[in-house]
Amino acid sequence: MAGEVILSIENVAVQFGGLVALSELTFTVCEGEIVGLIGPNGAGKTTAFNVFTGFLKPTSGEVRYRGTLLNGLKPYEIAGLGLVRTFQRTSVFQNNSVFENVLIGLHRRGRSTLWDTLLALPREKIAEREVAGKAREILALVGLESRAAELAGALSYGEQRLLGIALALAAQPSMLLLDEPVSGMNPSESAKVMKLVETIRARGVAILLVEHDMPTVMQVSDRIVVLNYGRIIAEGSPAEIQRHPDVIRAYLGEGKKRA
Amino acid sequence: MKRAVPTFWLLVIFTLPFWLQDQYVLHILITTGIFIIAAMSLNLLLGYTGQLSLGHVAFFGIGAYVSALTTLGFDVELFGGFRVVHEPWPAVAGFFIAITIAGMSGYVIGKLSFKVRGAYFVIVTISFAEVTRLVALNWVELTQGPLALTNIPPFTLGFPGLGNYTLWDKTAYWYLVGVVGLVAYVVIGRLVNSRIGRAMIALKENESLASSVGIDVTHYLVLAAVVSAAIAGGAGSLYAHYIKIIDPDIFLFIYTVTMVIMVITGGKGSLAGPIVGGLIFGFLPVIVRAFAAPAVQWILYGGLTILVVFVLPRGIVPTLQGWIASRTQSESARAGLSWAGGSKSGDAK
Repeated sequence: MAGEVILSIENVAVQFGGLVALSELTFTVCEGEIVGLIGPNGAGKTTAFNVFTGFLKPTSGEVRYRGTLLNGLKPYEIAGLGLVRTFQRTSVFQNNSVFENVLIGLHRRGRSTLWDTLLALPREKIAEREVAGKAREILALVGLESRAAELAGALSYGEQRLLGIALALAAQPSMLLLDEPVSGMNPSESAKVMKLVETIRARGVAILLVEHDMPTVMQVSDRIVVLNYGRIIAEGSPAEIQRHPDVIRAYLGEGKKRA
Repeated sequence: MKRAVPTFWLLVIFTLPFWLQDQYVLHILITTGIFIIAAMSLNLLLGYTGQLSLGHVAFFGIGAYVSALTTLGFDVELFGGFRVVHEPWPAVAGFFIAITIAGMSGYVIGKLSFKVRGAYFVIVTISFAEVTRLVALNWVELTQGPLALTNIPPFTLGFPGLGNYTLWDKTAYWYLVGVVGLVAYVVIGRLVNSRIGRAMIALKENESLASSVGIDVTHYLVLAAVVSAAIAGGAGSLYAHYIKIIDPDIFLFIYTVTMVIMVITGGKGSLAGPIVGGLIFGFLPVIVRAFAAPAVQWILYGGLTILVVFVLPRGIVPTLQGWIASRTQSESARAGLSWAGGSKSGDAK
C-alpha cells in the first residue's frame, strides 16, 4: 500500500505447552499505514503484540522491523528501534504526576550522562528544559495539558488511556502498537482517541491497532487482519472484511442452515 | 523560602559543637550520622528502585574492613604460598578504596540479581551479607576473625603547605560526618531528580511499562546498587576510623534491620526520610535506656515501628509533606488561586 514494509511477520508461532496460541502468522505493515488486528476474544491478538515487542519469545518464526530481526531482543531494545506499544489494561505510573509520566516516557530523548547529573553541569539543565518542553507538547497533542499537575492515578479511566498513549508517543515511535485503546470508553471519548490516531498517522507513524469496537476499526484502518484461534482467517480492506464469510462466522457463529 | 530550610539545617550542623557541650550526646550524634548516611544509601535502592536490600550492612562492613585493612596493612598468604604484603596507607586512601570496593561489590550484586526482583533480590542480598560475615569471621590471617581489628588509626587530613591535621576529637569527626553526609545527600538528590532517577522510579512503579518506553531497567538497577553500595562503604569507613575497632559482628542482620526501620519510618522515597528516621532511632536507645532493660528496649522499638507503619504507612516525612501541601492548597483555594498553584507545581521540575 503506502510505502515500504516497516514490520514484517513471518510464520510466527507461539505455543504454551500444548496450547497453540498463534500459528503461521504472516503479514506486513507498511510505512504510514493503519492496520487493524481483530478477532474474537482469545484469538491471540495480545499474544501477537507481546511477541512483536519482545515480551514473549515466539516458538518459531521471524519478526523484522525495518529489516532488523527482533527475535531475542529485549523490550527496551525494541522500543529503542522505534517500535512502541501500549497495554490493554490502563498502564500509567499511577503515583506520579501526569507531567512526570510523560517525562519518564521521554527517557530515550534525554542525553545527559551520569556526570552531567552529579556535577549539575549546564548541559543537564538545558537537556531537562528541552525534555520539559517536549512533555508539554505531547500533553497538548493528547489534550491533557490542563491535567499536568494531577496524579496519574487520579485521572478518569479515559484520561488514563490517553496518558498511556502519550507515554508511548514520548518514546518517539516510528510505529505504534495500540492494544484496545478505546475499550470501555464512551462514544465521545473514543471518537477523540480515533482522531488522535489519525493525527499520529499524519505525522508519519505506522499504527497496528487491536480493537474490539468494530465501527471504530472499520473507520480508521486502511487494512484489516482477522485472527481466530491463532490463525489469520482473512485479510483485506474494511469493506472486504465486512463481507467475508469466515469473518462473519467467527464473530456471529454459524447461523442455522436454511432448510 | 525554599532555601531557608536547608540553610537552617546547615547552620545547625555547623554551629552544633559550639553550643553542645555534652561529649556523650555528640558521640551519639556522630554514630547516628554515620548510620543516617548508610540509611540514605539504602533509601536509594529501597525508596527509588523499590528493591529491598536486606544485606545492606554487607556494603557498610566491607567499607569498614577495607578501610581498616588499608590503613593497618596486612600480610596474607594466598593459595600456593603466594604472599601479599601491604604496607599501611593513610586513612584517607582507605576511605576512597573502601568506597571503590564497596561500589564494586554493589555492581556484582546488581548483576547477580539481573533477573531476580522482589523476594529473590532480598534473598540474594541476605546471603551476600552472611557470606561476607563468614569471610570476616574465618579468614583470621587477614581479618583477625573474632579477635577484631584494633587500633585503627584516625583520619589524617594533609593540607599542602600547612602540614597534617589528625582528627583526634569528636568535634572534628562531627564535621567530617557532616561533610560526607552532605555530599551523599547531594549525590542522591541529584540522581533521583534527574532522568536517571525517573528511570529508577519507573522501574519501581511498573517494570514492563518502563521497558516498553525504552528504559533499560537492569542498567538503572545496577547503577543504583553501585552508588548505594559505594555510599554505604564510605559510611563504613567513617565508622571504622571513628570507633577504631571492628569485628565480624558489624555484619549482623540487626544493623540492616535498623537501617530499614530508619528508612521506612522516616519515609522511603523521600530525601529527608532516612534523616528523620535515623535521628529517631539513633536517639531512642539513649532516651529509653534510662528506664528500660535492653530486652524491653527492643520490644519498644518493634512496637514503635509497627505503630508508625500502621498510622503513617508512607512514613513520617511524606505524610507531613502531604499534610502541608493540602493545607497550603486549601488556603490558596480559599483565595481563588487553586488553578495557578496547581499547574505551577507540575512545571517546577
